[in-house]
Amino acid sequence: MADAAPPPAGAVHAPLRHDSAEGHVAGTARYTDDVPETATTQHLAFGLAGCGHARIVNIDLSRVRAAPLVTGVYTARDIPGINDVSPVAGDDRLLAEDEILYPGQPLFIVAAMTRDAARAAARLAVVETGPLPAIVTIADARAAGSVIEPAQRMARGDAAAAIANAPRRLSGRVSVGGQEHFYLEGQIALATPGDDGSMHVLSSTQHPSEVQHLVAKVLGLPDARVTVEVRRMGGAFGGKETQAAAVAAAAALVAQRTGHPAKLRLDRDDDMAMTGKRHDFEIGYEAGFDEEGRIAGIRFDLASRCGATADLSPAINDRAMFHADNCYFYPAVEIVSHRLKTHTVSNTAFRGFGGPQGMLGAERVMDDIAAHLGRDPLDVRRANLYGPGRDVTPYHMTVADNVAPDLIAELAAGARYAERREAAAAFNAAHNILKKGLALSPVKFGISFTTTHLNQAGALVHVYTDGSVHLNHGGTEMGQGLMVKVAQVVADVFGVAVEHVGISATRTDKVPNTSATAASSGADLNGMAAFRAADAIRARLAEFAAGRFGGAAQAVRFTRDGVEAGGERIPFAELCRMAYLARVPLSATGFYATPGIEYDRASHSGRPFLYFAYGAALSEVVIDTLTGEHRVLAVDILHDAGRSLNPAIDLGQVEGGFIQGMGWLTTEELVYGPEGQMLTHAPSTYKIPTAGDRPRRMEIRLWDRGRNAEPTIHRSKAVGEPPLMLAISVFSALTDAVMAAAPGRGLPALDAPATPERILAAIAELRGRALA
Amino acid sequence: MAASPITFALDGTTDIQADAPATRTALDLLREHLGRRGTKEGCAEGDCGACTILLGELEGDGIAWRAVNSCILFAPMLDGKAVLTVESLGTPGALHPVQQAMADGHGSQCGFCTPGFVLSLYGRSIGARGTEGAAVRDVIAGNLCRCTGYGPILAAAEATPPAPRDDAGAIELLRGMTPAAKGENWFKPRTADELAALLIAHPDARIVAGATDVGLWVTKQLRDLGTVIFIGDVADLRSIAEDEGGLTLGAGVRYSDAHAALARLHPELGELVRRIAGVQVRNSGTIGGNIANGSPIGDMPPALIALGATLVLRRGDARRTMPLEDFFLEYGRQDRAPGEFVERIHIPRPAPETLVRIAKLSKRFDSDISALCGAFALTIAEGLVTHARVAFGGMAGTPKRAAACEAALTGQPWCEAAVESAAAALAQDYQPLSDLRGSAGYRLAAAANLLRRIWHETQHGGPVSVLDERLDG
Repeated sequence: MADAAPPPAGAVHAPLRHDSAEGHVAGTARYTDDVPETATTQHLAFGLAGCGHARIVNIDLSRVRAAPLVTGVYTARDIPGINDVSPVAGDDRLLAEDEILYPGQPLFIVAAMTRDAARAAARLAVVETGPLPAIVTIADARAAGSVIEPAQRMARGDAAAAIANAPRRLSGRVSVGGQEHFYLEGQIALATPGDDGSMHVLSSTQHPSEVQHLVAKVLGLPDARVTVEVRRMGGAFGGKETQAAAVAAAAALVAQRTGHPAKLRLDRDDDMAMTGKRHDFEIGYEAGFDEEGRIAGIRFDLASRCGATADLSPAINDRAMFHADNCYFYPAVEIVSHRLKTHTVSNTAFRGFGGPQGMLGAERVMDDIAAHLGRDPLDVRRANLYGPGRDVTPYHMTVADNVAPDLIAELAAGARYAERREAAAAFNAAHNILKKGLALSPVKFGISFTTTHLNQAGALVHVYTDGSVHLNHGGTEMGQGLMVKVAQVVADVFGVAVEHVGISATRTDKVPNTSATAASSGADLNGMAAFRAADAIRARLAEFAAGRFGGAAQAVRFTRDGVEAGGERIPFAELCRMAYLARVPLSATGFYATPGIEYDRASHSGRPFLYFAYGAALSEVVIDTLTGEHRVLAVDILHDAGRSLNPAIDLGQVEGGFIQGMGWLTTEELVYGPEGQMLTHAPSTYKIPTAGDRPRRMEIRLWDRGRNAEPTIHRSKAVGEPPLMLAISVFSALTDAVMAAAPGRGLPALDAPATPERILAAIAELRGRALA
Repeated sequence: MAASPITFALDGTTDIQADAPATRTALDLLREHLGRRGTKEGCAEGDCGACTILLGELEGDGIAWRAVNSCILFAPMLDGKAVLTVESLGTPGALHPVQQAMADGHGSQCGFCTPGFVLSLYGRSIGARGTEGAAVRDVIAGNLCRCTGYGPILAAAEATPPAPRDDAGAIELLRGMTPAAKGENWFKPRTADELAALLIAHPDARIVAGATDVGLWVTKQLRDLGTVIFIGDVADLRSIAEDEGGLTLGAGVRYSDAHAALARLHPELGELVRRIAGVQVRNSGTIGGNIANGSPIGDMPPALIALGATLVLRRGDARRTMPLEDFFLEYGRQDRAPGEFVERIHIPRPAPETLVRIAKLSKRFDSDISALCGAFALTIAEGLVTHARVAFGGMAGTPKRAAACEAALTGQPWCEAAVESAAAALAQDYQPLSDLRGSAGYRLAAAANLLRRIWHETQHGGPVSVLDERLDG
């Protein structure tokens, strides 16, 4: 069984290095742009819309065509199939037809003999447009009633009545900015036509099957004629779940038209202009509660900027609703979610997928209640945790694996929460300009795609006659260590060292109809599928060994020292060779579909998640009340990765996720122009954390009691997304520090990201209030 | 296109001759023409460090190595130098200790930024320029990683001992090279006299020092630079002279070369240089270039103006000297005639009793452009402000002195009332704009608060900056 204890010295649970670690540090790990081009490779560039929402009157491409080294220019009219690269809704044009929906939208493709020539030519188009009114902000869109789908409502009980009848009430709001993925490797694809009309596409994508499907759709080919391959991505974070498709389709279109390989690598500025980001949200809330801060009823109003098209916004906004409870029980609750359509680049998946925004709303309410009552925010959080008899979520799922109270208690004790709260108060009493703040906040993140049918995976395992193992599955490697984790699982099935498991590129012609590597599900789904494929071969080998050497098949053991059967110990390679000669098939597929989940989107109720991943973080910050500058001084994290498949990899996910979340809430500010242009278009203007922003003291531990209550692969838990939300503790700590600049006036009106400017404004606003 | 061959020592060992059009980037040369695909492009604007290489040049008896961003370095700038890429170190199975520490310490996740980090850390291990005495976090401040959160990389660096490089072979190679003086559309003078003559002959030529700004004109704006004069090898523009009176820097002095001398002049200048950019940019960018390009933010100019720096401009054999603040005429326009160039900058040594404070406010501490940068040089004698020079960047179309603020302070007692009136006077000095780095309101409020912060500091002591390391206690 996959959840049985592995054999001693097994690969699973060992802190092994990333399988490509040596290739990474030596520079030999090959990314799409590193694959050698042929002499005739066409280099592409998109021509992008410079203006916002507009009607296209005419596009004069004569200067583009006449530019040096240009071999062709392609518009929507050159698409033989369907001009759509959307994941679901059918509303993402590869190339604009008669309307520009947002600044940066692709209008045409230039092919040239060099990349620089293509990019230079792409700027020579003369685009004549008739301006149309642009809806840019959430407020604009709400006023205009511009939505990508009707508002959704998730509710349990009578929230309005519960709030009205509660001893204490408050209402508030918070804005949460979006976030650029800033994968270090930009979007890229290299398409190579076959000699039979087929198409091979190397794509930096989290979703090879969808790229395959969309390339086929654009080219007018059956899916089976298109193969998409991904060995690794230079980062993705959700930004290559749907956004890779346009780049791949453009490359494939030119490859099909010219018969030559075609490569498109976006310049960073173009990438940031034309690909989606994390949704920014406006969150409103009202809550009724008692003197302990315990919530009786709560209402959330969530509104997000979805951009010009649907992309994955319905599911992303659903997940914001799913996590507006975080770890807290709401006896009566109503969550209304508005999905607003704007003339800005279409927002998309980003690590956490709406969850972080919903969760930030929940944590803001905790801070607000605490400020309202003058209580310690941690006490208010603890008073509201799920617990026995208080265990049903707003979507009517029972929380059956709640470890948040234990995790919080362990972290608060280990990180000396009470003592440090006193120390911060003493510091604040002694210092006029600098103020410290701290906060401990938990995370509960639902694991499974909330679109139930996506919770499936396939794998393909071959064993060769020398005992080496070839592993393939539908998951993609973007740095998260999926490949080594799944290889660890397979290695233990056969009792071989993980080095004997050959990791291969993800290809749609090996494992079909896969889901995106997303929703933190990569190891859960593909690990189990690969386990089943390997286990099928193992069962055949065991049966063969029992037949040859005696004993029962179930008694055959696969160990590092060889296969034990009928009192004999046979080297694994030897057994494989014998099995081959006996005509035993040594190749198998494996398939896994997450059991026990179902969800009714019409009523927003059911069991969308197999289980929850948990964590908690304590962050301590200091702010300068004269400039708004701030720094995170110390962070303590306790995270539940279940029985971790690879603690080294999982710790890397926790730390990296936390710092990425910290960036989202502090330095990373997206600024839009009046027509919806992305003014923060490159790392010169968009600031992700550097090494200097990492808190000087970070204590990160995986919870040693962690064990998945559900029978996941070796009882591990997903770890890709949940740690990002641990960084909400930074935002709460900053809020706490601002409050210390003007105590007794309630909760500061601090929005995210908490730039120095926002901190200073929040202090000024707070000081302007009367004492409560 | 006629060949413009350059010569450089790849891996420090192999003589490479390559064509070098003026604005081909070093990154493209390495990746596209030499197949060195371990070096990555992350942003093509010198802000992420994925393209980091080490560039070595003869200096004294040895080679000075510098980590630089190859994406905004032009190929002719490699001429006569030694180049190290990630491929120069180790290979899988035979890794260099720096690589081994990164691999064993889980320092890579997606791996795309990793070669750049490896080069920065390797540079640290061999004592490359800009890394001496620096905290690891400062050595890698110009390398962005989106996956790891940096902890494992910092730990890997700490686990790697210093290991000086044997450069004997490379020195021999470089000594045997004859760098090109010109190529098609470009010149590479060796002396200031040659430069002066070239500029008389080609008054419209584009002067390129470190290319940390002009590089983006090519990679982002796709501009044709016309004739280019690379001044990186003009030896007499790289002079640093320190004496009682102050510091005189040739216009071609790079930040990393001037860092120590500036820090000696005043520690606040040292801290400003640290925060101007990552090591790679400080290893390329020059203080003269920073002044000559006339940015309204002006990384260094506000501080230099507050300290009373003067500029020497030269055209042919004619020279003129002016206060730095007079060089900036208005947004995008400087007092520089065709054929004229910035030759050197003199920064007077502040008197011991002068209170110098420089504050850069930005969204991120490291490698960010300021929303505003304020510099104050106040002489306070017996409770009276006898002398005040105040300058800001990011508050107007150019780096600019705060005349009203200075007037409100000068001759007044150093007291809260005078500070408040001087803070209020900043609103007369500046009408800042709102942009993506900050609103006008924030700029004005924070600028005034910077002066208040100095007041608090002189009254109470104790930390007044969130960067104060005592807070990490």
